[in-house]
Amino acid sequence: MAEFNLALVDWSRAQFALTALYHWIFVPLTLGLSFIVAFMHTIYYKTGDTKWKNMTKFWMKLFGINFAIGVSTGIILEFQFGTNWSNYSWFMGDIFGAPLAIEAILAFFLESTFIAVMFFGWERVSKKFHMMSSWLVAVGSNLSALWILIANAWMQNPVGMKFNPDTVRNEMANFFDVALSSTAVHKFLHTVSQAYVIGALFVVAISAWFLLKKRHIDFAKKSILIASIFGLLSIGFVGLTGDGSAYDVAQTQPMKLAAMEGLYDGETNADLVAVGIITGKDSDKKVTGIKIPSMLSWLSHKDVNAFVPGVNDIVNGNEEYGILSTEARMQKGKLSINALSDYKIAKNENNSELAVEKLAEFESNYEHFGYGYFENKEEVIPNVPIVFYSFHIMVILGSFFALLFAWLLYASLKDKLENNRLLLRISVWSILLGYIATMLGWVVAEVGRQPWTIQDILPVTMATSNLGVGSVQTTFFIFLTLFTVLLIAEIKIMFTQIKAGPEEGGKNV
Amino acid sequence: MMNILKNIAKFYINGFKNLEKLGIRLWVLILIKLFIIFVILKIFFFPNFLDNKFDNDKDKSKYIFEQIT
Repeated sequence: MAEFNLALVDWSRAQFALTALYHWIFVPLTLGLSFIVAFMHTIYYKTGDTKWKNMTKFWMKLFGINFAIGVSTGIILEFQFGTNWSNYSWFMGDIFGAPLAIEAILAFFLESTFIAVMFFGWERVSKKFHMMSSWLVAVGSNLSALWILIANAWMQNPVGMKFNPDTVRNEMANFFDVALSSTAVHKFLHTVSQAYVIGALFVVAISAWFLLKKRHIDFAKKSILIASIFGLLSIGFVGLTGDGSAYDVAQTQPMKLAAMEGLYDGETNADLVAVGIITGKDSDKKVTGIKIPSMLSWLSHKDVNAFVPGVNDIVNGNEEYGILSTEARMQKGKLSINALSDYKIAKNENNSELAVEKLAEFESNYEHFGYGYFENKEEVIPNVPIVFYSFHIMVILGSFFALLFAWLLYASLKDKLENNRLLLRISVWSILLGYIATMLGWVVAEVGRQPWTIQDILPVTMATSNLGVGSVQTTFFIFLTLFTVLLIAEIKIMFTQIKAGPEEGGKNV
Repeated sequence: MMNILKNIAKFYINGFKNLEKLGIRLWVLILIKLFIIFVILKIFFFPNFLDNKFDNDKDKSKYIFEQIT
């Protein structure tokens, strides 16, 4: 077995996190703004009112800037799979290689074809086809997020696959189990709907700035009306899919749920933390704060009396509730790893009887396979404070956005937006809060599932390539520079266009 | 059929001809970025680890097997 280098693992992890988080600055705005542009375009198509045309053009221009700067930043993640995470890529590659390629081609052609019609098509294609192109760009953009999120969901809940000990790869056993697993469905819906919230917050922030500056008043009011309706619907959907995701996490990743709630010792009628802090040290850690009685049991098992395991129950086991200790799982994992090794030896020696016996032993313990790599039971615990605070700040911000959109919608309908400078100022700054919330969502999902690359099967320490730490550090700083330059470029170009404001023009972006 | 293809080509050519300053700047930015990503980063910094080390899948799986067992 390979000896792992912790510095290499940490730098590879940091590099992936950096790239993913920078990539995620551009993606949610593309996903969310594309639908807002499509809505506005549809209103223009229906009414023929040039005000809506100008509005569509302005937001389309900002969408174009974000799309141009963000496009292809995700491909770097795929490079990293092949270079830094070759053990992982090989181990799970057969499941996702072909579908990812098909999706990339389909989404690329859908987006690139219709994005051209969207930008070049004014007065050059029929109004209906032009409007439909805006919708197809929105659908194409959202589709391009589908399979990568299914891949991520599979890593959190590896279903629908079968490990082939001869090729040392997981192979797809049932496409629908993979693509339509509860984890995949919730992950996709929750991720894209919070991207719509980012799109809505972006439109709200810029429009509120125009109102504060007493510029483009009618344009800004109409934009806020559209964005607040879209934002309110989206944040409602974020709440619904978040509830579904939490239920799914309770079934498939109980350690992550325990970290999200700072639940160290499991309990029946478990309370949900509304606001709280982690207090105490070592084995006395607990959460102090405002709690909603029995709500965690209800949300995670749809039963107020249900037992929700805590960090200590998962590490030490809990016989009463049938939870196997981590040490027991480590032993079974080692059995599975050794059986795989013995299977290969038996096969090479043409001892088919022993090979069959070892294969059966390997398969019967496969669900514990990854635990066999741990030396210490505490290795299965993620960083609880990071996950706990990230989750609760995200939820608080999500609730704030719901109130903000409701307030904006009310003020819009009562025509009281223009003079409510407090609301307008809050709206301008809310886009930053939106980004903080969406990044924290990823922190909960990814830090919360540590130490696993593939839940229970492959720990992060076994997933990396055997590279020199120096080469990973070099590329880390190259990415930091490249993405920072792109971000500065985006902000600069975007601010210039926003300051110029909406105007009529015959040329293309 | 030829007419349709000609019209599509004309549509794109006219679209690019009528690009305003912002559009041109964004296209330049896209091309520079693609060059950095696919030429510099991919070739010099991100070779495929297994493809570089082994010629066939059998050797790759053997190597991964040794890594994980």
